[in-house]
Amino acid sequence: MEAISFTAVGLGLIVLGAGIGIGKIGQAALEAMSRQPEMSSKIQTVMIVAAALIEGVSLFAIVVAWLVD
Amino acid sequence: MKKELLIFFLLLSGITAQASAVDPGKEEPMDAFGLIMEHISDSHQWHVIDYTNRRGYPVHINVPLPVILWHNNSLWFYTSGDFYHGNHPLPLGDDYVILRDEHFFITGQEGVLKTDEAGNIINASPLDFSITKNVASMLMSMALLLLIFLSAGKAYARYGMAPPKGFRGVLEPIILFVRDDVARSQISKDKADKFVPFLLTLFFFIWINNMIGIVPFFPGGSNLSGNISFTATLAVFSFLVINVFAVKDYWKHIFLAPGMPFLIRFLLVPLEFIGILTKPFALMVRLFANITAGHIIILSLISIIFIIKSIYIAPVSILLSLVMFMLELLVAVLQAYIFTLLTALFIGMSTTKSEH
Repeated sequence: MEAISFTAVGLGLIVLGAGIGIGKIGQAALEAMSRQPEMSSKIQTVMIVAAALIEGVSLFAIVVAWLVD
Repeated sequence: MKKELLIFFLLLSGITAQASAVDPGKEEPMDAFGLIMEHISDSHQWHVIDYTNRRGYPVHINVPLPVILWHNNSLWFYTSGDFYHGNHPLPLGDDYVILRDEHFFITGQEGVLKTDEAGNIINASPLDFSITKNVASMLMSMALLLLIFLSAGKAYARYGMAPPKGFRGVLEPIILFVRDDVARSQISKDKADKFVPFLLTLFFFIWINNMIGIVPFFPGGSNLSGNISFTATLAVFSFLVINVFAVKDYWKHIFLAPGMPFLIRFLLVPLEFIGILTKPFALMVRLFANITAGHIIILSLISIIFIIKSIYIAPVSILLSLVMFMLELLVAVLQAYIFTLLTALFIGMSTTKSEH
Protein backbone atom coordinates (compact mmCIF):
# COMPACT_ATOMS: atom_id res chain seq x y z
CA MET A 1 0.00 0.00 0.00
CA GLU A 2 1.25 3.44 -0.88
CA ALA A 3 1.95 6.00 1.80
CA ILE A 4 -0.85 8.49 2.23
CA SER A 5 0.03 11.69 0.38
CA PHE A 6 -0.51 14.78 2.49
CA THR A 7 -1.28 16.71 -0.69
CA ALA A 8 -4.19 14.40 -1.41
CA VAL A 9 -5.53 14.82 2.13
CA GLY A 10 -5.10 18.58 1.79
CA LEU A 11 -6.94 18.63 -1.51
CA GLY A 12 -9.78 16.72 0.11
CA LEU A 13 -9.95 19.27 2.91
CA ILE A 14 -9.95 22.15 0.41
CA VAL A 15 -12.86 20.62 -1.48
CA LEU A 16 -14.68 19.95 1.80
CA GLY A 17 -14.29 23.55 2.94
CA ALA A 18 -15.21 25.08 -0.39
CA GLY A 19 -18.20 22.76 -0.68
CA ILE A 20 -19.53 23.70 2.75
CA GLY A 21 -18.94 27.39 2.03
CA ILE A 22 -20.64 27.49 -1.34
CA GLY A 23 -23.42 25.23 -0.04
CA LYS A 24 -24.17 27.65 2.77
CA ILE A 25 -24.24 30.57 0.33
CA GLY A 26 -26.66 28.66 -1.87
CA GLN A 27 -28.84 27.83 1.12
CA ALA A 28 -28.94 31.43 2.30
CA ALA A 29 -29.68 32.73 -1.19
CA LEU A 30 -32.44 30.18 -1.68
CA GLU A 31 -34.08 31.10 1.61
CA ALA A 32 -33.80 34.82 0.90
CA MET A 33 -35.19 34.41 -2.61
CA SER A 34 -38.15 32.34 -1.45
CA ARG A 35 -38.97 35.00 1.13
CA GLN A 36 -38.53 37.90 -1.26
CA PRO A 37 -38.85 36.68 -4.84
CA GLU A 38 -38.76 40.25 -6.16
CA MET A 39 -35.16 40.58 -4.93
CA SER A 40 -34.03 37.43 -6.77
CA SER A 41 -31.82 39.08 -9.38
CA LYS A 42 -29.91 41.18 -6.84
CA ILE A 43 -29.45 38.24 -4.49
CA GLN A 44 -28.25 36.09 -7.37
CA THR A 45 -25.51 38.58 -8.28
CA VAL A 46 -24.27 38.81 -4.70
CA MET A 47 -24.46 35.03 -4.36
CA ILE A 48 -22.31 34.50 -7.45
CA VAL A 49 -19.74 37.06 -6.29
CA ALA A 50 -19.47 35.42 -2.86
CA ALA A 51 -19.25 31.94 -4.37
CA ALA A 52 -16.56 33.15 -6.79
CA LEU A 53 -14.51 34.56 -3.91
CA ILE A 54 -14.66 31.25 -1.99
CA GLU A 55 -13.83 29.41 -5.18
CA GLY A 56 -10.88 31.76 -5.70
CA VAL A 57 -9.44 30.91 -2.28
CA SER A 58 -9.90 27.18 -2.78
CA LEU A 59 -8.30 27.34 -6.23
CA PHE A 60 -5.34 29.19 -4.72
CA ALA A 61 -4.99 26.33 -2.28
CA ILE A 62 -5.29 23.72 -5.03
CA VAL A 63 -2.65 25.45 -7.15
CA VAL A 64 -0.31 25.73 -4.16
CA ALA A 65 -0.89 22.06 -3.29
CA TRP A 66 -0.15 21.16 -6.88
CA LEU A 67 3.06 23.24 -6.87
CA VAL A 68 4.49 21.86 -3.61
CA ASP A 69 3.66 18.26 -4.51
CA MET B 1 -17.60 34.23 -48.16
CA LYS B 2 -15.55 32.87 -51.05
CA LYS B 3 -12.39 34.21 -49.48
CA GLU B 4 -13.09 32.45 -46.17
CA LEU B 5 -13.73 29.18 -47.98
CA LEU B 6 -10.48 29.56 -49.87
CA ILE B 7 -8.55 30.13 -46.65
CA PHE B 8 -10.24 27.10 -45.10
CA PHE B 9 -9.24 24.84 -48.00
CA LEU B 10 -5.72 26.23 -48.00
CA LEU B 11 -5.54 25.24 -44.34
CA LEU B 12 -6.89 21.79 -45.09
CA SER B 13 -4.42 21.26 -47.92
CA GLY B 14 -1.60 21.49 -45.40
CA ILE B 15 -2.90 18.54 -43.38
CA THR B 16 -0.40 15.74 -43.25
CA ALA B 17 -1.22 12.12 -42.82
CA GLN B 18 1.69 10.30 -41.30
CA ALA B 19 1.82 6.56 -40.82
CA SER B 20 4.15 5.77 -37.96
CA ALA B 21 6.52 2.86 -37.93
CA VAL B 22 4.99 0.96 -35.02
CA ASP B 23 4.45 -2.77 -35.58
CA PRO B 24 0.91 -3.41 -36.79
CA GLY B 25 -1.41 -5.12 -34.36
CA LYS B 26 0.76 -4.40 -31.37
CA GLU B 27 -1.31 -2.80 -28.64
CA GLU B 28 0.28 -0.32 -26.34
CA PRO B 29 -1.15 0.25 -22.87
CA MET B 30 -3.35 3.31 -22.60
CA ASP B 31 -1.52 6.34 -21.22
CA ALA B 32 -4.48 8.39 -19.95
CA PHE B 33 -2.34 10.90 -18.06
CA GLY B 34 -0.12 11.56 -21.09
CA LEU B 35 -3.14 11.92 -23.35
CA ILE B 36 -4.83 14.41 -21.04
CA MET B 37 -1.65 16.42 -20.56
CA GLU B 38 -1.09 16.49 -24.32
CA HIS B 39 -4.61 17.79 -24.80
CA ILE B 40 -4.56 20.55 -22.20
CA SER B 41 -1.10 21.87 -23.12
CA ASP B 42 -0.11 23.90 -26.14
CA SER B 43 1.36 22.31 -29.26
CA HIS B 44 3.14 23.33 -32.46
CA GLN B 45 0.79 21.24 -34.57
CA TRP B 46 -2.97 20.86 -34.50
CA HIS B 47 -3.94 17.27 -33.93
CA VAL B 48 -7.01 16.19 -35.93
CA ILE B 49 -7.48 12.43 -35.65
CA ASP B 50 -5.63 9.13 -35.15
CA TYR B 51 -6.83 5.89 -36.65
CA THR B 52 -5.55 2.49 -37.74
CA ASN B 53 -5.56 1.97 -41.49
CA ARG B 54 -6.56 -1.22 -43.29
CA ARG B 55 -3.06 -2.63 -43.16
CA GLY B 56 -3.00 -2.17 -39.42
CA TYR B 57 -0.70 0.83 -39.24
CA PRO B 58 -1.68 3.72 -36.97
CA VAL B 59 -2.14 6.98 -38.92
CA HIS B 60 -1.85 10.40 -37.28
CA ILE B 61 -3.49 13.33 -39.05
CA ASN B 62 -2.21 16.75 -38.04
CA VAL B 63 -2.44 20.29 -39.34
CA PRO B 64 1.10 21.73 -39.38
CA LEU B 65 1.39 25.28 -38.06
CA PRO B 66 3.95 27.98 -38.84
CA VAL B 67 7.03 28.03 -36.61
CA ILE B 68 8.66 31.44 -36.15
CA LEU B 69 11.99 31.56 -34.31
CA TRP B 70 14.17 34.53 -33.35
CA HIS B 71 17.86 33.71 -33.28
CA ASN B 72 20.97 35.87 -33.75
CA ASN B 73 18.88 38.98 -34.53
CA SER B 74 16.92 37.47 -37.36
CA LEU B 75 13.58 35.74 -37.80
CA TRP B 76 13.35 32.18 -39.14
CA PHE B 77 10.22 30.64 -40.61
CA TYR B 78 9.48 26.91 -40.77
CA THR B 79 6.46 24.68 -40.98
CA SER B 80 6.07 22.56 -37.87
CA GLY B 81 5.58 19.40 -39.94
CA ASP B 82 9.32 19.43 -40.72
CA PHE B 83 10.12 19.17 -37.01
CA TYR B 84 7.72 16.32 -36.31
CA HIS B 85 8.73 14.15 -39.30
CA GLY B 86 11.76 12.36 -38.00
CA ASN B 87 13.93 13.83 -35.32
CA HIS B 88 16.74 15.39 -37.33
CA PRO B 89 17.74 18.99 -36.59
CA LEU B 90 16.99 21.77 -39.09
CA PRO B 91 19.49 24.52 -39.99
CA LEU B 92 19.07 27.85 -38.17
CA GLY B 93 21.74 30.23 -39.48
CA ASP B 94 25.06 28.76 -38.43
CA ASP B 95 23.41 26.51 -35.84
CA TYR B 96 20.78 23.80 -35.89
CA VAL B 97 17.47 23.59 -34.09
CA ILE B 98 15.51 20.59 -32.83
CA LEU B 99 12.05 20.23 -31.30
CA ARG B 100 11.85 18.18 -28.12
CA ASP B 101 8.66 18.03 -26.00
CA GLU B 102 7.26 21.19 -27.65
CA HIS B 103 10.43 23.21 -26.86
CA PHE B 104 13.04 24.29 -29.40
CA PHE B 105 16.72 23.74 -28.60
CA ILE B 106 19.83 24.89 -30.44
CA THR B 107 22.12 21.99 -31.21
CA GLY B 108 24.99 21.03 -33.47
CA GLN B 109 24.49 19.27 -36.78
CA GLU B 110 24.04 15.88 -35.10
CA GLY B 111 21.23 17.15 -32.90
CA VAL B 112 22.80 15.98 -29.62
CA LEU B 113 21.14 17.39 -26.53
CA LYS B 114 23.19 17.91 -23.37
CA THR B 115 21.58 17.25 -19.99
CA ASP B 116 22.60 17.98 -16.40
CA GLU B 117 22.50 15.43 -13.55
CA ALA B 118 18.78 15.91 -12.99
CA GLY B 119 18.06 15.14 -16.65
CA ASN B 120 17.11 18.67 -17.66
CA ILE B 121 18.21 19.77 -21.12
CA ILE B 122 20.75 22.59 -20.86
CA ASN B 123 20.95 23.56 -24.55
CA ALA B 124 20.07 27.16 -25.37
CA SER B 125 16.66 27.92 -26.86
CA PRO B 126 15.78 30.40 -29.59
CA LEU B 127 12.90 32.80 -28.86
CA ASP B 128 9.72 31.10 -29.99
CA PHE B 129 7.08 33.32 -31.67
CA SER B 130 5.33 30.41 -33.37
CA ILE B 131 1.66 30.33 -34.28
CA THR B 132 0.93 27.42 -31.96
CA LYS B 133 -2.37 25.61 -31.60
CA ASN B 134 -3.58 28.09 -28.98
CA VAL B 135 -2.55 31.10 -31.05
CA ALA B 136 -4.25 29.70 -34.14
CA SER B 137 -7.37 29.04 -32.10
CA MET B 138 -7.29 32.57 -30.73
CA LEU B 139 -6.93 34.06 -34.22
CA MET B 140 -9.92 31.98 -35.27
CA SER B 141 -12.05 33.18 -32.36
CA MET B 142 -11.02 36.79 -33.07
CA ALA B 143 -12.08 36.40 -36.71
CA LEU B 144 -15.39 34.90 -35.55
CA LEU B 145 -16.02 37.75 -33.12
CA LEU B 146 -15.22 40.36 -35.79
CA LEU B 147 -17.52 38.60 -38.25
CA ILE B 148 -20.40 38.47 -35.74
CA PHE B 149 -20.09 41.96 -34.33
CA LEU B 150 -19.15 43.86 -37.48
CA SER B 151 -22.20 42.42 -39.24
CA ALA B 152 -24.37 43.28 -36.23
CA GLY B 153 -22.91 46.79 -36.13
CA LYS B 154 -23.56 47.24 -39.84
CA ALA B 155 -27.16 46.17 -39.32
CA TYR B 156 -27.59 48.74 -36.54
CA ALA B 157 -26.15 51.45 -38.77
CA ARG B 158 -28.63 50.55 -41.50
CA TYR B 159 -31.82 49.86 -39.52
CA GLY B 160 -31.23 52.08 -36.51
CA MET B 161 -33.24 51.29 -33.39
CA ALA B 162 -35.81 49.12 -35.18
CA PRO B 163 -36.55 45.82 -33.38
CA PRO B 164 -33.53 43.52 -33.94
CA LYS B 165 -33.95 40.59 -36.29
CA GLY B 166 -32.10 37.31 -36.70
CA PHE B 167 -28.81 36.87 -34.89
CA ARG B 168 -28.88 40.50 -33.76
CA GLY B 169 -31.88 39.58 -31.64
CA VAL B 170 -29.70 37.12 -29.73
CA LEU B 171 -26.85 39.57 -29.23
CA GLU B 172 -28.85 42.56 -28.07
CA PRO B 173 -30.18 41.12 -24.77
CA ILE B 174 -26.71 39.82 -23.87
CA ILE B 175 -25.08 43.17 -24.60
CA LEU B 176 -27.78 44.97 -22.64
CA PHE B 177 -27.33 42.50 -19.78
CA VAL B 178 -23.61 43.28 -19.60
CA ARG B 179 -24.30 47.02 -19.80
CA ASP B 180 -27.15 47.17 -17.26
CA ASP B 181 -26.57 44.31 -14.83
CA VAL B 182 -22.78 44.21 -14.88
CA ALA B 183 -21.42 47.67 -15.70
CA ARG B 184 -24.14 50.05 -14.51
CA SER B 185 -24.98 48.08 -11.37
CA GLN B 186 -21.35 47.92 -10.16
CA ILE B 187 -19.81 51.16 -11.43
CA SER B 188 -21.19 54.59 -10.51
CA LYS B 189 -23.71 55.86 -13.05
CA ASP B 190 -21.72 58.65 -14.67
CA LYS B 191 -18.65 56.49 -15.31
CA ALA B 192 -20.16 53.10 -16.15
CA ASP B 193 -20.66 53.60 -19.88
CA LYS B 194 -16.98 54.40 -20.43
CA PHE B 195 -16.07 50.85 -19.34
CA VAL B 196 -18.83 49.02 -21.21
CA PRO B 197 -16.75 48.38 -24.39
CA PHE B 198 -13.93 46.84 -22.34
CA LEU B 199 -16.31 44.67 -20.30
CA LEU B 200 -18.17 43.54 -23.42
CA THR B 201 -14.90 42.60 -25.10
CA LEU B 202 -13.81 40.63 -22.04
CA PHE B 203 -17.14 38.85 -21.76
CA PHE B 204 -17.50 37.81 -25.40
CA PHE B 205 -13.81 36.98 -25.89
CA ILE B 206 -13.73 34.67 -22.86
CA TRP B 207 -17.09 33.15 -23.70
CA ILE B 208 -16.29 32.33 -27.32
CA ASN B 209 -12.93 30.85 -26.39
CA ASN B 210 -14.53 28.72 -23.67
CA MET B 211 -17.11 27.51 -26.19
CA ILE B 212 -14.51 26.72 -28.87
CA GLY B 213 -12.58 24.84 -26.19
CA ILE B 214 -15.42 22.40 -25.51
CA VAL B 215 -16.02 21.56 -29.18
CA PRO B 216 -14.52 18.07 -29.22
CA PHE B 217 -13.35 17.88 -32.87
CA PHE B 218 -10.83 19.62 -35.11
CA PRO B 219 -11.33 23.37 -35.37
CA GLY B 220 -12.17 23.41 -31.67
CA GLY B 221 -10.84 21.56 -28.71
CA SER B 222 -7.87 23.79 -27.94
CA ASN B 223 -7.52 24.53 -24.26
CA LEU B 224 -7.00 28.27 -24.83
CA SER B 225 -8.91 29.77 -21.92
CA GLY B 226 -7.40 27.03 -19.74
CA ASN B 227 -3.95 28.34 -20.59
CA ILE B 228 -2.31 30.34 -17.81
CA SER B 229 -0.61 32.82 -20.17
CA PHE B 230 -3.93 33.60 -21.84
CA THR B 231 -5.74 34.24 -18.57
CA ALA B 232 -2.70 36.14 -17.25
CA THR B 233 -2.86 38.51 -20.22
CA LEU B 234 -6.55 39.16 -19.62
CA ALA B 235 -5.86 39.71 -15.92
CA VAL B 236 -3.09 42.21 -16.76
CA PHE B 237 -5.55 44.19 -18.86
CA SER B 238 -8.04 44.14 -15.98
CA PHE B 239 -5.27 45.21 -13.59
CA LEU B 240 -4.34 48.15 -15.84
CA VAL B 241 -7.92 49.30 -16.30
CA ILE B 242 -8.66 49.01 -12.56
CA ASN B 243 -5.60 50.99 -11.50
CA VAL B 244 -5.14 53.49 -14.34
CA PHE B 245 -8.68 54.86 -13.94
CA ALA B 246 -8.56 54.79 -10.13
CA VAL B 247 -9.48 58.00 -8.30
CA LYS B 248 -7.45 59.66 -5.54
CA ASP B 249 -9.66 58.24 -2.77
CA TYR B 250 -8.78 54.70 -3.82
CA TRP B 251 -5.04 55.26 -3.39
CA LYS B 252 -5.64 57.19 -0.18
CA HIS B 253 -7.55 54.22 1.25
CA ILE B 254 -4.75 51.87 0.35
CA PHE B 255 -1.72 53.85 1.47
CA LEU B 256 -3.10 55.94 4.35
CA ALA B 257 -5.99 53.81 5.67
CA PRO B 258 -7.87 56.84 7.01
CA GLY B 259 -9.72 56.54 10.30
CA MET B 260 -7.59 53.65 11.54
CA PRO B 261 -5.47 53.65 14.71
CA PHE B 262 -1.81 54.35 14.00
CA LEU B 263 -0.51 50.85 14.74
CA ILE B 264 -3.24 49.09 12.77
CA ARG B 265 -2.11 51.02 9.70
CA PHE B 266 1.21 49.17 9.73
CA LEU B 267 -0.76 45.95 9.36
CA LEU B 268 -3.38 47.26 6.97
CA VAL B 269 -1.31 49.11 4.39
CA PRO B 270 0.79 46.10 3.28
CA LEU B 271 -2.34 43.96 3.17
CA GLU B 272 -4.18 46.51 1.04
CA PHE B 273 -1.14 46.83 -1.19
CA ILE B 274 -0.98 43.05 -1.73
CA GLY B 275 -4.71 43.24 -2.41
CA ILE B 276 -4.03 45.26 -5.58
CA LEU B 277 -2.13 42.30 -6.98
CA THR B 278 -4.19 39.43 -5.61
CA LYS B 279 -7.38 40.66 -7.30
CA PRO B 280 -6.14 40.13 -10.88
CA PHE B 281 -4.20 37.05 -9.74
CA ALA B 282 -7.43 35.47 -8.47
CA LEU B 283 -9.13 36.33 -11.78
CA MET B 284 -6.30 34.63 -13.64
CA VAL B 285 -6.26 31.45 -11.54
CA ARG B 286 -10.05 31.13 -11.42
CA LEU B 287 -10.55 31.08 -15.18
CA PHE B 288 -7.49 28.88 -15.77
CA ALA B 289 -8.40 26.30 -13.14
CA ASN B 290 -12.10 26.10 -14.00
CA ILE B 291 -11.61 25.54 -17.70
CA THR B 292 -8.65 23.18 -17.32
CA ALA B 293 -10.51 21.16 -14.69
CA GLY B 294 -13.50 20.83 -17.02
CA HIS B 295 -11.30 19.53 -19.84
CA ILE B 296 -9.53 17.07 -17.52
CA ILE B 297 -12.80 15.69 -16.13
CA ILE B 298 -14.34 15.10 -19.58
CA LEU B 299 -11.17 13.43 -20.89
CA SER B 300 -10.85 11.29 -17.77
CA LEU B 301 -14.44 10.06 -18.15
CA ILE B 302 -13.76 9.11 -21.78
CA SER B 303 -10.42 7.52 -20.85
CA ILE B 304 -12.15 5.16 -18.39
CA ILE B 305 -13.44 3.15 -21.37
CA PHE B 306 -9.93 2.55 -22.66
CA ILE B 307 -8.42 1.87 -19.26
CA ILE B 308 -11.00 -0.73 -18.26
CA LYS B 309 -11.22 -2.01 -21.89
CA SER B 310 -14.81 -3.05 -21.62
CA ILE B 311 -17.66 -2.05 -23.90
CA TYR B 312 -20.12 -2.25 -21.01
CA ILE B 313 -18.59 0.74 -19.27
CA ALA B 314 -18.97 2.86 -22.43
CA PRO B 315 -22.64 3.88 -22.00
CA VAL B 316 -22.01 4.96 -18.41
CA SER B 317 -18.89 6.86 -19.39
CA ILE B 318 -20.51 8.57 -22.37
CA LEU B 319 -23.59 9.51 -20.36
CA LEU B 320 -21.44 11.00 -17.61
CA SER B 321 -19.30 12.92 -20.08
CA LEU B 322 -22.48 14.19 -21.79
CA VAL B 323 -23.61 15.54 -18.42
CA MET B 324 -20.18 17.12 -17.98
CA PHE B 325 -20.40 18.70 -21.44
CA MET B 326 -23.74 20.23 -20.44
CA LEU B 327 -22.20 21.52 -17.24
CA GLU B 328 -19.25 22.92 -19.20
CA LEU B 329 -21.66 24.88 -21.41
CA LEU B 330 -22.91 26.51 -18.24
CA VAL B 331 -19.40 26.97 -16.84
CA ALA B 332 -18.27 28.59 -20.12
CA VAL B 333 -20.79 31.42 -19.79
CA LEU B 334 -20.61 31.54 -16.00
CA GLN B 335 -16.82 32.02 -15.93
CA ALA B 336 -17.02 34.71 -18.61
CA TYR B 337 -19.71 36.40 -16.50
CA ILE B 338 -17.76 36.09 -13.25
CA PHE B 339 -14.57 37.46 -14.84
CA THR B 340 -16.50 40.43 -16.24
CA LEU B 341 -18.55 40.97 -13.09
CA LEU B 342 -15.54 40.94 -10.76
CA THR B 343 -13.60 43.24 -13.10
CA ALA B 344 -16.59 45.62 -13.06
CA LEU B 345 -16.78 45.33 -9.28
CA PHE B 346 -13.09 46.19 -8.86
CA ILE B 347 -13.38 49.06 -11.35
CA GLY B 348 -16.38 50.28 -9.38
CA MET B 349 -14.37 50.12 -6.14
CA SER B 350 -11.45 52.03 -7.61
CA THR B 351 -13.43 54.74 -9.41
CA THR B 352 -15.95 55.63 -6.69
CA LYS B 353 -15.33 58.71 -4.59
CA SER B 354 -15.89 57.85 -0.94
CA GLU B 355 -18.79 59.55 0.85
CA HIS B 356 -16.96 60.84 3.91
